[in-house]
Amino acid sequence: MGQSIEGISYYLPQNTLTNTDLSNIFAVQEKDIFKKTGIKKRHVIDLETVVSDFAINSAEKLFQEYSFNKDNIDAIIFCSSAYDYKVPATACVLQNKLNLGKHIYTIDIRHGCTGYIYSLSVAKGLMNTSQANHVLIFTTEIPTSVIHPGDLELRMIFGDASAITYLCNKNNSTGNIGEFVFGTDGSGAGNLFVKYSGSVQRLKSDWLLKTESHGGMPYGMLEMNSVEIFTFTLREVPTLVAEVLKKNRISMDEIDLFIFHQANAFLLNMLRRKLKIPESKFYVYIEQVGNTVSASIPIALKEAIKEGKAKKGDKILLAAFGIGYSWCGTVITL
Amino acid sequence: MTIEEFINKIESEIEEFPPGTLKPDTNPRELEQWSSMHALILIALIDSEYNVTISGEELIKCLTVNDLYNLVQSKLS
Repeated sequence: MGQSIEGISYYLPQNTLTNTDLSNIFAVQEKDIFKKTGIKKRHVIDLETVVSDFAINSAEKLFQEYSFNKDNIDAIIFCSSAYDYKVPATACVLQNKLNLGKHIYTIDIRHGCTGYIYSLSVAKGLMNTSQANHVLIFTTEIPTSVIHPGDLELRMIFGDASAITYLCNKNNSTGNIGEFVFGTDGSGAGNLFVKYSGSVQRLKSDWLLKTESHGGMPYGMLEMNSVEIFTFTLREVPTLVAEVLKKNRISMDEIDLFIFHQANAFLLNMLRRKLKIPESKFYVYIEQVGNTVSASIPIALKEAIKEGKAKKGDKILLAAFGIGYSWCGTVITL
Repeated sequence: MTIEEFINKIESEIEEFPPGTLKPDTNPRELEQWSSMHALILIALIDSEYNVTISGEELIKCLTVNDLYNLVQSKLS
């Protein structure tokens, strides 16, 4: 039996933030933003939107674009740092809103940039132990809700998106999810984190009052030390890729396509150069969406399939890195 | 590697620093064209050219091109 990715869809909010918009707000030139990030446009959700409704938007697209019996779905993995309630899990809310069976397994995964690969790992585990055979993975991200409007660096990079992946356990398909490699270094937590979002710095009324003109920023505020994140990535990702290749007993040349977490095109290019991956095998999709956190890999994968860069039977190395610090990778076969 | 070669490497890779911009006692942060992105480019350039990783903190401590050169040299040996 293999775990086959049967469908990927994604939904982007209608509101956008372009480089022209940013250059009108901040003293910065459009071309410099593009040079620094490789991004021209990000999508931004209305702050009043309920998180599960945003996830449903992507599910509706999946059901339109692919034909399958949704009664077969027996697991929902909801990966996001946003949620409807602290509890219950948003995956539970989605079971009801999508009118799915009550026999279903539900779990929320709270990871950032590495969330998609973590979700694939959970999905594979469920399938390999006969706990589920038809899994939906939501990667629904709203980073803009925790970005201060005055923070140009973060506004240049992040965009909101909800992606959904449908996986099946099949024995008549090339589809497979290979071996995983994971890494964690919690000492990096202070270099990328959401301030005022939990028990370390508690949300207080003076913070809400101070940010009242931006809706109070009740979910906290993202802070990033970009130089440290950059050096962490340059340090860990080459080793990660080497370990993923080794664990999957495959050579660099046998990989048809590399899809990394779409953090920032400048950083991705540096990594590609360091790893000596030919440009033709290194897929980047960030210009029109920005860094969409855990939704970035499924969005890139969908676009690569649409463009014909990723085909049935292809071996694709996925690698993700970021907030935590957390990093992980695997090789999937379409 | 001499400091001249080090400077030539940086000036050939970073278009905002054309040849002649940098001297051993230049503080790159004081250059008009300096932006936070150049810190990232320098780190990446040193990483890919010399296989030496320098952290953000180490870079901040380098006040001149010469300091940076000495840091890279110390990590090479």
